[in-house]
Amino acid sequence: MSDSSLENLPKGWKSVPSDLGSDQTAFKGVQWGKAMMWIFLLSDTFIFSCFLISYMKGRASTVVDWPNTSEVFSLDFMGVPVPLLLIAIMTFVLITSSGTMALAVKYGYEKNRKMCGRLILATAIGGLIFVGMQAFEWSKLIHEGVRPWSNPFGAGQFGSYFFMITGFHGTHVSIGVIFLFIFARKVYRGDFDTGRRGFFTTMKSDYVSIEILGLYWHFVDLVWVFIFAFFYLW
Amino acid sequence: MNENTEVNKNKEKPATTHKIGIYLWIWGLLFVLSFFSYMVDWYQFQGLLRWSLILFFMFLKAGLIMAFFMHLFWERYALVNILLWPMTAIACFVGLMVAEGKYTVFTRLIYFVLGE
Repeated sequence: MSDSSLENLPKGWKSVPSDLGSDQTAFKGVQWGKAMMWIFLLSDTFIFSCFLISYMKGRASTVVDWPNTSEVFSLDFMGVPVPLLLIAIMTFVLITSSGTMALAVKYGYEKNRKMCGRLILATAIGGLIFVGMQAFEWSKLIHEGVRPWSNPFGAGQFGSYFFMITGFHGTHVSIGVIFLFIFARKVYRGDFDTGRRGFFTTMKSDYVSIEILGLYWHFVDLVWVFIFAFFYLW
Repeated sequence: MNENTEVNKNKEKPATTHKIGIYLWIWGLLFVLSFFSYMVDWYQFQGLLRWSLILFFMFLKAGLIMAFFMHLFWERYALVNILLWPMTAIACFVGLMVAEGKYTVFTRLIYFVLGE
């Protein structure tokens, strides 16, 4: 599939039946790994949606008052309680790491090995800071007596939804951090310039992998946008 | 030559890269929008204003991340459709569970609260 023949294909609405009804390649010009990552992310979207919808239903149907999140998640800063301080910092850290990841993808495609590697490393460190702050938040709430079955602030369901949703998201971040470190090493070693074959695959490495890794990382940030809005702010 | 060599040639070519400016712009916008959604809590807006502001900033942020950071804006239209149409199923599910939640709280109020 050369570029010129890609331009001759139908565009817009007509591309949908033509692409899906075609032989061999469903999404013309999209690398298969990228399409597969997108489909994985779609399935992950359904999982997180189920969690958040379950949280919505649980919160809407309890007759006990829901804990006031701005008080529960407030942090003392120089003796003054600041609402949602830690959560706001976590949000900014995750957005920062999403930005460095987007730039890493760009520099990867430009075959700028050093910048790409540095930015992936910065992204991984951002993710580590995020997970660290989440661990701090968890231990703080556990010390305050929040349990999956009860808590001192209000409706008992609060704890189970909190640990389930943020725990599942934190797991995604942690897995992402591991892959970011692995890929930072691969970029520094020049795997994507020499086309060195990967550990799990006999296929040649290509900078498109950085974009696929980026898709996962941006998705983790995307999920946090929804958790931040629905769980912490609502 | 034949088609196979062309396929290999195209694989080596980097995909379209975009100017750094667009990423920095989106990055900045995401910071500003996150700041605004934090301000919703800071100023303790309540009721419909709070919910609509939260949803507005949330969807704007999600849209920017998906469109530009995840390159969906530049992606093949068939792929965009495959990814975005299933979201209507989630919207239906949300609608169903809103109704279900209202019914559950209604029965609980009747049996738990009025029953006592």
